[in-house]
Amino acid sequence: MKPGTTGAACLALLRRDLTLTWRRRGDALNPLLFAIIVVALFPFALGPEQATLAHIAAGTIFVALLLASLLSLDMLFRSDLEDGSLEQLVLSPHPLSLLLACKIAIHWLTTTLPLIVIAPLLAQLLYLPNTVLPVLLIALALATPLLSLIGAVCVALTVGMRRSGMLLTLLVLPLIVPALIFGAGACNAAQAGLPFTAPLLWLGAWLVLALVMAPLAAAAALKISLT
Amino acid sequence: MDPVDDITPLLQASALTYTRNAEAIFGPLDFSLHVGEVVLIEGDNGSGKTTLLKVLCGLLDLSSGQVLLHGEPLTLARLSHQVALLGHLLGLKMELSTLQNLHFAVGMGGVRSGITPRLALASVGLEGYEDQPLCTLSAGQKKRVALARLLLVPAALWLLDEPYANLDRGGIELVNRLLDNHARRGGAALITSHGAYAYTSGTPRRIALRASA
Repeated sequence: MKPGTTGAACLALLRRDLTLTWRRRGDALNPLLFAIIVVALFPFALGPEQATLAHIAAGTIFVALLLASLLSLDMLFRSDLEDGSLEQLVLSPHPLSLLLACKIAIHWLTTTLPLIVIAPLLAQLLYLPNTVLPVLLIALALATPLLSLIGAVCVALTVGMRRSGMLLTLLVLPLIVPALIFGAGACNAAQAGLPFTAPLLWLGAWLVLALVMAPLAAAAALKISLT
Repeated sequence: MDPVDDITPLLQASALTYTRNAEAIFGPLDFSLHVGEVVLIEGDNGSGKTTLLKVLCGLLDLSSGQVLLHGEPLTLARLSHQVALLGHLLGLKMELSTLQNLHFAVGMGGVRSGITPRLALASVGLEGYEDQPLCTLSAGQKKRVALARLLLVPAALWLLDEPYANLDRGGIELVNRLLDNHARRGGAALITSHGAYAYTSGTPRRIALRASA
């Protein structure tokens, strides 16, 4: 008899969720299209002047990407709840917080990482200066996992309710506003030639805190919503 | 069929109740489950059978009373190594094949010695369906895949919620055969039934649940 190790469980979960994402790859493209459309619409609304667009570029891309990843957040535990996999996950002999951390990591890798990959393209669309692009990418790389982690706690709290999408948005939005202010703020500072490391370091500190706390909080919240 | 008194029961519940929103769902309930036993929980719709199983596997917290597992109080961490739950929702992914689903279950819960996912599929009568996506199978066949999962994971206590639902006559015999084998190997099982089909080998002990008005 082999009781199965926690490492094997995490690997099995990673493999299953990656396979599932590949099978539902149409859904995974949805946030990507959303972000491209939002960013592409701004020049139509504001006119094609380079100065205007460059001025709002970093903020626009930041908002578009955060909203796009918010769009897919509701799906984090939805299908697992509907087919009973979530119950089995809670009952598994391994730490629930670790399993949820795996799920959050996969969610970030499959829905948010593609958004960061296309960010340079979006930056070109809005004439973002090339010197600011690295700052934007670093800020996104720090802010989007933060959103996934904070979002996962809120999803875990609301997953038991039907039509929880609206409530989820209301819960998550105030919590991610600081990430937006500091992330877009770093880009704006870089664009104005001011020092920009402090807001990035703040984002990094929050990310580390969330990496430790959010899976534990999500596990506790999930147990509450399932009872 | 009387259990031997001097061994500690696998599961023992005393004065077990569960209340939701100040309304009693079941109880107080006293029973014990020994190794090698299959016990039927009988009751009408809404009498709290599913809730009882959820309390026993730790998904719901009991309101009062005590449950002992191997003579020690029950905690979710200790429980999950020894309990396998088959609920109304099977916990299987429709997009994945039967074999992929079982490999995932083995990765999560470990595996008994001497059995592989392929063997487990064959023993529930699904040989040749290894690479079929779950969504192309019938409800009864999906249930059989879920039964194959029970065969694989090393849990001594099976909690089966309506295991006979959706199954044909052969499937019902299959469940009874699996339960017999499980009991003979030192396991135990609690099964709920609303009475239409039941465990037929020997005379199983029954626990009757009534909806508390």
